Amino acid sequence: MTDLRERPRTPMTRAPRPRRGPRELRLGRLRADLRTVVLTVVLVAIALGLALVGLCFGASWSTPGEVFAVLFGPEHSVVIVEWRLARVTAALVFGAALGVAGAIFQNLTRNPMGSPDVIGLDTGSYTGALFAITVLAGTSGQRALASVVGGLAVAAAIYLLSSKGGFSGLRLVVIGIGVNAMMTAVNSWIVLRAELEVAIAAVGWSAGSLNGVGWHHLWLPFTVLAVLLALLVARAHAMHQTSFGDAIAVTTGVSLKRLRLLMVLIGVGCTATVTAVAGPIAFIALAAPQIGRRLAGAPGVPLLPAALTGAVLLLGADLIAQALLAPVALPVGVVSTAIGGCYLIRLLTREVRRA
Amino acid sequence: MTAHPDARADARAGTPEAHPDTPPTVRLTARDLTLRYGDRVVSTRLNLDIPDGAFTAVVGPNGCGKSTLLRAFVRLLRPDSGHVGFDGRDVGDYPAKALARQLGFLPQDPLAPEDIRVRQLVRRGRFPHQSLLGLWAPGDEEAVEEAMVAAGVEDLADRLVRELSGGQRQRVWVAMVLAQRTPYLLLDEPTSFLDITHQYQLLALLSELRDRGRTVIAVLHDINQACRFADHMVAVREGRVVAEGVPADIVDAALIKDVFDLPSLIVPDPVTGTPMVVPTLQGDRVEHPPPLPG
Repeated sequence: MTDLRERPRTPMTRAPRPRRGPRELRLGRLRADLRTVVLTVVLVAIALGLALVGLCFGASWSTPGEVFAVLFGPEHSVVIVEWRLARVTAALVFGAALGVAGAIFQNLTRNPMGSPDVIGLDTGSYTGALFAITVLAGTSGQRALASVVGGLAVAAAIYLLSSKGGFSGLRLVVIGIGVNAMMTAVNSWIVLRAELEVAIAAVGWSAGSLNGVGWHHLWLPFTVLAVLLALLVARAHAMHQTSFGDAIAVTTGVSLKRLRLLMVLIGVGCTATVTAVAGPIAFIALAAPQIGRRLAGAPGVPLLPAALTGAVLLLGADLIAQALLAPVALPVGVVSTAIGGCYLIRLLTREVRRA
Repeated sequence: MTAHPDARADARAGTPEAHPDTPPTVRLTARDLTLRYGDRVVSTRLNLDIPDGAFTAVVGPNGCGKSTLLRAFVRLLRPDSGHVGFDGRDVGDYPAKALARQLGFLPQDPLAPEDIRVRQLVRRGRFPHQSLLGLWAPGDEEAVEEAMVAAGVEDLADRLVRELSGGQRQRVWVAMVLAQRTPYLLLDEPTSFLDITHQYQLLALLSELRDRGRTVIAVLHDINQACRFADHMVAVREGRVVAEGVPADIVDAALIKDVFDLPSLIVPDPVTGTPMVVPTLQGDRVEHPPPLPG
């Protein structure tokens, strides 16, 4: 194409010179918004700070010096490495996974309320896990698999119910809220029918809890999440292209149906994997992507800020849950629900005002 | 499509005014196309050739299937039967990004993500040229800047899209499609939300792009604008092509009556000499009959 700059142009209404836009960092072929980079550094720093607090905190406090000596030095401590480090790592990784799952579904539905915990994917995964515990032997492998199957079944049901007359994000969210309520009832029913010991174990876990999580619980979910996140990184660019609506996504070269299916699989996979280990931890997936989006000032619902915000939120919530009524450790889901509930109310009132 | 330097020369030679005797080059075709929108059959066994390098306007009454036809061209709608071909190959057989490097499309009401800025939006037009991870290729920046200049939005580059006026926003979308650098541009009623000044500016921009070798296909509401700017007009009614050709050759009172069910008088546009449709409603008395041709 010839240079278009040389031609005389019909005079257009001139806008006032804008203030400088967002700055960028360039590294070879990689572009990054400066604000996102700064935000990433800040969130990582906060996460590390919270992690240090988490490693020190316990029935008896350790000093940071002791913690560093165990982590990087010659000292050994079962409490710090086997208990606290496992728990802190789980909170960070699961928080990130939930944040990412939320971002995926909010992108797919183009709705800030379209997150897996609101549309019933957590609850469906939990139904699967409950089934594994009450009917099957309840090994961690069975639980993980049953969670994924439960989550996918709910996702498929919502999709089928809402896809009549074309894909609509809002309809999907509304139907998902209904499905969520039904699955909650099913879960209560399963627990009521279960034997007493099983029921007590299941209920303690029903709010979503990291109590008693150890490394032996974590290697499988971490591997699964690593694979899912690697897949996601490869498709993230295409996912963001869908935020322009189906028409532009398709005509700029996105294979929409395949992409949507893959995104749902990754999102459900992340949610179900976390649920299988820690139960349905609510509201991290709802709040983290939107908080991350606002902090980053980025278009759409970006994934990296969602992941980091999710990690910080879940770890922070878990620390509060442990400290609030110490030495009794609350399930982290109680705290995340309290924080997230306030956020959901705010979101709803704003949506209502806008409508 | 920068790889075919000769295509443009062929294209210009193929436009109706340039060589009326040579048949125009055709790359985009519809063959026996039957389209269905939900339960409603929109067109049956429709055949159409889009002349390469020309400005084609698709006109017709509301709901006649002109937008549906455009959507079938860019694979947004799978035909019930028949096919849309580009360079002799069914558009459905192209890999998604390969087709997106040939045919650019601007829908009637595209969605912008919240908090997106103009430059960020225009950059997304580069998607079909980018690798899996969306890393920037050397030509991307140049294509984006050139597209913004061509659409006259370079001064808005750092503004938030939601803060722009309707006319500015439409030019931003045009810039995005231009950044895609496709030889073909398909636009679905691009002027519909614009005031009259911006309508003409946009149409002038599209003609200019045509002059620079792009093929433009636009669904237009205003028949007079179509007559003035298009090299090739396709008149559609109830999913059938009623007439196609150079506007001056095909537009007469009978056609307007047939397509729009509107009695009218056709006079030469005093500025361009192209046909101008002046509706005559019941009770109108023709004060100034048009000069007889010749």
